[in-house]
Amino acid sequence: MSFLIGENMVAGYGGENILNNCTIGVEEGEIAVVVGPNGAGKSTAMKAIFGMLDLKKGAIFVDGENMARLKPQERVLKGMGFVPQSNNVFTSLTVQENLEMGAFIRNDDINDTMGQVYDLFSVLKEKRYQIAGELSGGQRQQVAVGRALMTRPKVLMLDEPTAGVSPMVMDELFDKIIEIADTGVAILMVEQNARQALGIADTGFVMVQGENKYTDTGKSLLANPEVRKAFLGG
Amino acid sequence: MIDYLNALTILANYIIIPGLAYGSQLALGALGVTMIYAVLRFSNFAHGELMSFGAMSTILCTWALQSMGITLTLIPTAILAIPIGAGITVLYCLFVNHVVYEYYREKKIDTNTYFIVSIGVLFFTAGLIRLIIGPKDQNFSDGNRFILKAREFKEMTGLNEGLAIKTTQGITVLVTIILVTFVFWFLNKTRTGKSMRAYSDNEDLALLSGINPKKVVLITWVFTGVLATVAGTLYGLDKIYKPFTFMYLVLPVFASAILGGVGNPIGAIVGGYIIAFSELIFTFAYKKVFSYLLPESIAPQTLVQLLSTDYKIAVSFLILVLVLLIKPTGIFSGKEA
Repeated sequence: MSFLIGENMVAGYGGENILNNCTIGVEEGEIAVVVGPNGAGKSTAMKAIFGMLDLKKGAIFVDGENMARLKPQERVLKGMGFVPQSNNVFTSLTVQENLEMGAFIRNDDINDTMGQVYDLFSVLKEKRYQIAGELSGGQRQQVAVGRALMTRPKVLMLDEPTAGVSPMVMDELFDKIIEIADTGVAILMVEQNARQALGIADTGFVMVQGENKYTDTGKSLLANPEVRKAFLGG
Repeated sequence: MIDYLNALTILANYIIIPGLAYGSQLALGALGVTMIYAVLRFSNFAHGELMSFGAMSTILCTWALQSMGITLTLIPTAILAIPIGAGITVLYCLFVNHVVYEYYREKKIDTNTYFIVSIGVLFFTAGLIRLIIGPKDQNFSDGNRFILKAREFKEMTGLNEGLAIKTTQGITVLVTIILVTFVFWFLNKTRTGKSMRAYSDNEDLALLSGINPKKVVLITWVFTGVLATVAGTLYGLDKIYKPFTFMYLVLPVFASAILGGVGNPIGAIVGGYIIAFSELIFTFAYKKVFSYLLPESIAPQTLVQLLSTDYKIAVSFLILVLVLLIKPTGIFSGKEA
């Protein structure tokens, strides 16, 4: 079983099911990418795994431990970190305050972790006393990821981290995400830029109508003619 | 030259000093309103009555202290009673939060309903105050009335016009500086203060970060209770304590908060002083000032008063309407009012 796994998940809003028997997982130190057309339920799957949406069926395990009954905050304590797609920074707080708030549930010394985040995102160190709302889109995403890293998560979930940033910034963010995975963190992310994201993925999931239709390594999915034709534009 | 100094003295005596004191009282009131708005996201129309409740609690404590023979000779005994009065008011706030607001917060009710609920609390609190202390005026100021008397000022400077500074005015400004400094230090430097700002900024992300909304709300009510008590007591000391004036006082307090940008603490302070000075500037009779500045032949015969003092409240209402029409986010771009 994978380190993080959402197994046979069925979930939705009201009576409608958006996720139909969807299984997504990732190993420690690896990157798993969820791609698929709009409305396939990618973000919903992330919300379900993080506990922001109740499962009707299925289970979620982190390191073999069942997460089903835990609230999102409690999952943070169990080593899960989540970067939402939008509104993912405190815009009126400084960069440093954002990181401090990310570590709010910790009672020990956070300076080492903050140092590591600043080492990873050097631009944030320069701008640490600046208000997060005044930063560029790419820098804000770095604050958002940095905030989630402050709890030293074992699993980091990212919902479209490159939404709305330039291709150059996107490459830079992907590089940082690889660096984070190299420290042993399991990374699960949803991406619109399917081709580039699958390029860095150890595992890829192509979601269609609430189900992972194709599951394979990133490279194989990129090489798979059916996937190329239907989802990657040829 | 002497004429200019005399004119300036009149302005200082009737506008600058009272404006600083009244502005401080409004600023403290508006700071409470703005904190509730920032954290609980509704306009707390019961805030005027909370100020009244705080002043009442302080008055009762003052009387108790006086009957025990404890008085401060130089400054009003009420200053000594404020901490106890504030404690009682905080308990009342927490009680109301627990039995009323918490219920609606957990139901995630919309802000309009919340605001109507606060009007219910307004009437309940107003009734409670009248039951406890009655509807009549209460004068509870004791100690030295003046820091500087008009006659002393005239003797000191040899000017025709006098400048008086009431003890309550001096205390108002001093207490405001201390309290506001503390509030800003708390919000910007402490972990709890930062978590309050974070919660106000982005509730969902605050929850994801493990910030406990109940704790944030409780601390906000503690600040609100203390700020309301100090504002209400200082207002009562400076003028006189009349339970029903607080119903009207809520208007300039809201005008201050919205003018500065509701949800923004700095805005609340600046807004308080602007509203206070506007009210005084628009309703002051300038005849005497002009009689010093202009030659006798063209000196005005009328009062040179833009508005009668009865329309004081209309000034803040007008500013409120203009802000909402022109820049609803206020000077410091708070949340949309």
